[in-house]
Amino acid sequence: MELSNVETPLAAIDIESVTVALGGQKVVNSVSLSIKSGEWLSIIGPNGSGKSSLLRAMAGIVTSTGRILIGGTDLSQLAPKQRAQMISIVPQIPVVPPRVHVLDYVLLGRTPYLGRGFQPTKEDLQYVLSVMDDLDLDNVAERYVTELSGGERQRVIIARALVQQPQILLLDEPTTALDLGHQQEVLELVDKQRQSLGLAVISAFHDLTLASQYGTSMALLVDGMVTKSGKPSEVITEESLKEIYGANVSINRDGNTLSVVPKRQEDSRN
Amino acid sequence: MNSGLNNGGAAPAQLTPKLVAGAFLILLCSILLSLLFGPVSIRPDRIFLEIFDRIPWISVDSGLSKVEAAIVWDVRLPRIVLGLIVGGLLAMAGASYQGVFRNPLADPYLLGVAAGAGLGATVAIVSGASNGTGMFDALPIAAFLGSAIAVGITLAVGGAVSRSTSTASLLLAGVAVASLFTAIQTYIQQRESATLRQVYSWILGRLSTSGWDEVLLILPYALVSVSIMYAMKGALDVLAVGEEEALSLGLRPERVRWVVIAAASLASASAVAVSGLIAFVGIIVPHAVRLVVGASNRLVVPLSFLIGAAFLMLTDLLARTLQSPAELPIGVVTAFFGAPFFLFVLRRRSDGVI
Repeated sequence: MELSNVETPLAAIDIESVTVALGGQKVVNSVSLSIKSGEWLSIIGPNGSGKSSLLRAMAGIVTSTGRILIGGTDLSQLAPKQRAQMISIVPQIPVVPPRVHVLDYVLLGRTPYLGRGFQPTKEDLQYVLSVMDDLDLDNVAERYVTELSGGERQRVIIARALVQQPQILLLDEPTTALDLGHQQEVLELVDKQRQSLGLAVISAFHDLTLASQYGTSMALLVDGMVTKSGKPSEVITEESLKEIYGANVSINRDGNTLSVVPKRQEDSRN
Repeated sequence: MNSGLNNGGAAPAQLTPKLVAGAFLILLCSILLSLLFGPVSIRPDRIFLEIFDRIPWISVDSGLSKVEAAIVWDVRLPRIVLGLIVGGLLAMAGASYQGVFRNPLADPYLLGVAAGAGLGATVAIVSGASNGTGMFDALPIAAFLGSAIAVGITLAVGGAVSRSTSTASLLLAGVAVASLFTAIQTYIQQRESATLRQVYSWILGRLSTSGWDEVLLILPYALVSVSIMYAMKGALDVLAVGEEEALSLGLRPERVRWVVIAAASLASASAVAVSGLIAFVGIIVPHAVRLVVGASNRLVVPLSFLIGAAFLMLTDLLARTLQSPAELPIGVVTAFFGAPFFLFVLRRRSDGVI
């Protein structure tokens, strides 16, 4: 597909001391991270650690200071329309308007490419249909988004973010509302797109096991600051989880993947 | 229920020739019906011939007397055109407000347009500045100024506190401004009870015309506001996912909000200025359109103009013929049909349909 951005050179993404202040409090405090195209950065951290705010700042939803550079271009210097062509977000709780067909909803992702009349061209439609085809959404195109199951709905939201043809895809706890099978399905789907399009994925995670399974790198956010970053196996340790989450866990390592298993102090059932 | 499918594939929500033709057909039928019937009975077949006679290169003798022809062309036609414009403006403004506030119950009078116009009209009537109708009559101008001032205050106050992405403070400011203006209007009206009947009849709404003056008065505002609302219909579809997500999709939601509110307020203020307060058109027509073509503003906003125009012409036909030679206030007729429909819509909404 000529519209896809496979040919774009792999750009480095640099987040330089991004700070978000809400109501006088710094919820994201001078965060600096960097990843490359085709990589997946998992952001973990306890509730209220600033994961969402960091992603929302990157998507331009909340104002922030610092710089977000994509291949040297500073996102904050761009108009919303240009920014939306480079970065897209799958919100944690998306607003799904009633009585809107899946096709019309996914077409919203083409907004940054439309002219003043907001009229999608034939090419826009073709591209949207091909992405929907890839995501197995072609058979629900004429259903209302509100009627879909949780897994289908999440695929629709991801389709909308993908047709923005971004270089960075932001996911805000993309699996929260899904059961285990659909969690895997959605994350595999994103991973496939990451590999085939060379997307950079930055995802906030609640589930530490999933975070470590999909992330090529990982950052641990506490009180708006990055306290640890590196490979998932370096960030997720029994000690760090004890210290940060106040959680007792045992970590099973199996080659590249690790799984986090909660541990009871004493099992009263024995 | 679907927006026109072609070649078997999925089609995005879009104005199709079929939909536009359908809406224009309804409009044309309403125009014809309104021309044919009225309090003065003129044989409809002769009016038909008279209409044909006006088509270039066709010449037929309709057999209408000069007076009858004048009733058709100089009394009925201007009133029909005024009804068309006012109905279209109110319905399109309603659809736009509902889109921008993402609330199906938003009404074109929401931000103080009605209360402001009421005060302006009352002042004009009480002060004796209004003595009839016409291009240079003070009443429509006073009503227009009243609503412009009221909406202006609402936007200035509500906008100043809602720098953020919330519309709630705007709505609250609208409620407060409307209460203030209504209070002043009621006070003046009570003091000058001799003019009570005149004020009251204005408030209930009417489409009386003296020739083409009202149409010419409203036309420039109608053209400006309709073209802006038409241009913003696609942006309203983006705004449907909320201001935050709209921003992440590259829209400037604040800008869209102000432009749409300004255009819709201009539309309803100019409609109110020439016709008084005609209730419910701005709510029932967009909802009826939505029930047929779906929720996309690309369809609802423009089709609301055409269907609103037809609806108001037909209610005006009832208003001037049901009790002829007396006239029912048109606001009474629209509310009589509008209120039950509104309750029906509300019930559907609580079922999660809208």
